[in-house]
Amino acid sequence: MAYFVQQLINGLTLGSVYGLIAIGYTMVYGIIGMINFAHGEIYMIGAFVSVISLIVLGAAGLTFVPLALVVVLIVTMMFTAAYGWTVERIAYRPLRGSFRLAPLISAIGLSIFLQNYVQLAQGARVKPIPPVVRGGFLLFEENGFTVQASYIQIFIWLLTLVLMVGFAVLIGRTALGRAQRACEQDRTMAALVGVNVDRTISLTFVMGAALAAVAGFIVTLYYGVIDFYIGFLAGLKAFTAAVLGGIGSLPGAMLGGLLIGLIEAFYSAYFSLEYKDVAAFSVLILVLIFRPTGLLGQPEVEKV
Amino acid sequence: MAARLDRARAPDLPGAAKEAFLAAIVAFVLALPIIGLGTYDRGGGRLAVEPRWDWVAIGVAAVFGGRLLMALTRPARRAAGGRRSWVDRAGRALRPIQPYIALAGLLFAFVLPFMPFSNRYVMDIGTQLLIYVMLGWGLNIVVGLAGLLDLGYVAFYAVGAYSYALAAQYLELSFWVALPIAGALAAVFGVLLGFPVLRLRGDYLAIVTLGFGEMIRIVLVNWYPVTNGPDGLSGIPRPSFFGLPFAASAPEGGNSFHTFFGLPYVPEHRVIFLYFLILVLALITNLFTLRIRRLPVGRAWEALREDEIACRSLGINPTTTKLSAFAIGAAFAGFAGSFFATRQGFISPESFTFIESATILAIVVLGGMGSQMGVVIAAVVLVVLPELIREFAEFRMLVFGGAMVLIMIWRPHGLIAFREPTVHLAAWRRARAKP
Repeated sequence: MAYFVQQLINGLTLGSVYGLIAIGYTMVYGIIGMINFAHGEIYMIGAFVSVISLIVLGAAGLTFVPLALVVVLIVTMMFTAAYGWTVERIAYRPLRGSFRLAPLISAIGLSIFLQNYVQLAQGARVKPIPPVVRGGFLLFEENGFTVQASYIQIFIWLLTLVLMVGFAVLIGRTALGRAQRACEQDRTMAALVGVNVDRTISLTFVMGAALAAVAGFIVTLYYGVIDFYIGFLAGLKAFTAAVLGGIGSLPGAMLGGLLIGLIEAFYSAYFSLEYKDVAAFSVLILVLIFRPTGLLGQPEVEKV
Repeated sequence: MAARLDRARAPDLPGAAKEAFLAAIVAFVLALPIIGLGTYDRGGGRLAVEPRWDWVAIGVAAVFGGRLLMALTRPARRAAGGRRSWVDRAGRALRPIQPYIALAGLLFAFVLPFMPFSNRYVMDIGTQLLIYVMLGWGLNIVVGLAGLLDLGYVAFYAVGAYSYALAAQYLELSFWVALPIAGALAAVFGVLLGFPVLRLRGDYLAIVTLGFGEMIRIVLVNWYPVTNGPDGLSGIPRPSFFGLPFAASAPEGGNSFHTFFGLPYVPEHRVIFLYFLILVLALITNLFTLRIRRLPVGRAWEALREDEIACRSLGINPTTTKLSAFAIGAAFAGFAGSFFATRQGFISPESFTFIESATILAIVVLGGMGSQMGVVIAAVVLVVLPELIREFAEFRMLVFGGAMVLIMIWRPHGLIAFREPTVHLAAWRRARAKP
């Protein structure tokens, strides 16, 4: 039981990361109907920006941890959002209206480019950082096995929760959110009633990138070690999460993320650590066979 | 009217400067953390940051200059927009003589081993190139003809390579027996994977095949008792020439290649044989593609690529049609994989990473999807050029990714996009033949 609860705690933390990345996939898919292939690399860049800014703050002598974390979070979101904006401008906008595979291929090219760019600029070796927050709550003990929720895990849950609520308000209640939903439904019609479609699509990429940056920040704090290659697998799994939850649905993306996190945690705890990635992809294939619209997705209507 | 046209054509310097300035600001923001602040290990696993403002300055200046140039030449380019680009014109001019170019290329490929300048190194690059050409032609069936984006093609290549290696190790099958088995196994994997996914939209297929490629690699790395994990399988037997091995000393009571033909023993014989083997395999792939395009199933693939809904209303079953393209493409990857295994004599999961899939896809896409000639040209560009600029190996993938983006923006239909329609309307053909 204790072991189970501990895995639940770990899985939820991992799931928050996948959920935050998955939102970027689902939003971009919702608005332009395409997978943002470079999204995993955006998350990787977010992780690198947080490592770099943490070191800079440490060197500058900022030792008050909560303030440092807030500063790093904001800096990371800003710089990474700029990358998200650039991805849209370079790989997607010039090819809007081109044939279907063209933007996908340019995005794959951009993702290869970004990966090698970070590798060349920052080196291929892993980047470790010392633990920023130590300690945690001892929840209970059973047969000598202690169940612990570390402060960092609780911080991650709270941060994810706050971002989710804030994001739901942003999409549901603000003018930007209305424009975004309008573009999802019908881009031409939205343009006719005065929505700036280009700007809305750009902002969608920016928002997705900002959330992926938070995921990168979380991973940096949680694992304390990153490298230039983390974007590939995380991107794949987050996409799996988006499909599992129903692509195009925001709550679905979060739910899918949590489920994938839990599946991965439990699979590696009870079955085998080596095959945990295979488990996540098998889920993707199973979902596509039995419920292609995902858990919360709407069936796609094909119009001729 | 004329004045307005003039103004549209004249370079707008202040506007261009403003545009370039904005681009430079964006470049500065992007470069600031990743390029400007390099992290390095200062010992004991602790990182320190080292500012590199000179790099940032160079990058920002390059973006400013590039954007300025783009903005200034835009009126001229726009004016030329009505005309076809030089690549198009070159392609058009070469089209009538395309069969002769193909024939000349083929002849060159056949006499290459006997040229005075050819040596072991040339043969190795030639073989390497032909493997990619074959993979490109195989993937062209999936991506170019059927329009299915397969990002995990290397998985089938790996299935082929490992099936031959394992068949040789455990069942002691020879290369020629294992070759069809490897292709069939790869096709079976293609069907197993394609079946659930091909009912869905194309983008899903891209991600699922990507995931599948990764899955195969993870299994190869972790299934230690069978695949020997990351260490790979070695000692894979080399192919024989119709039962005659390429060995310095003939086996007991038999002949080896050189004793049978009464030649002196040269180790290059095997290299040349492998070269011809892959050349023939690649040509079979090509011939197959050219012929199947004229069969109903091939036409159905191309029709599906153009308009799925129209096909469905004409009674074509999209799932099985796509599945057949997917499986056939996978089978050719399986053949190429077992050739790869027998040529190398050693395989490990290292050889089957996503980058390989991306390279093969890039060959197909840059060549102009569906163009057989384009695949060859793109393979030459992507395989031989990096070989020539080995000093810049670390920038290879960076340039590769960047080139993929730029070529897509510049020519979304690929470098050689003068694909002939397979089917002509009779009336159209008559009209064309008249003048």
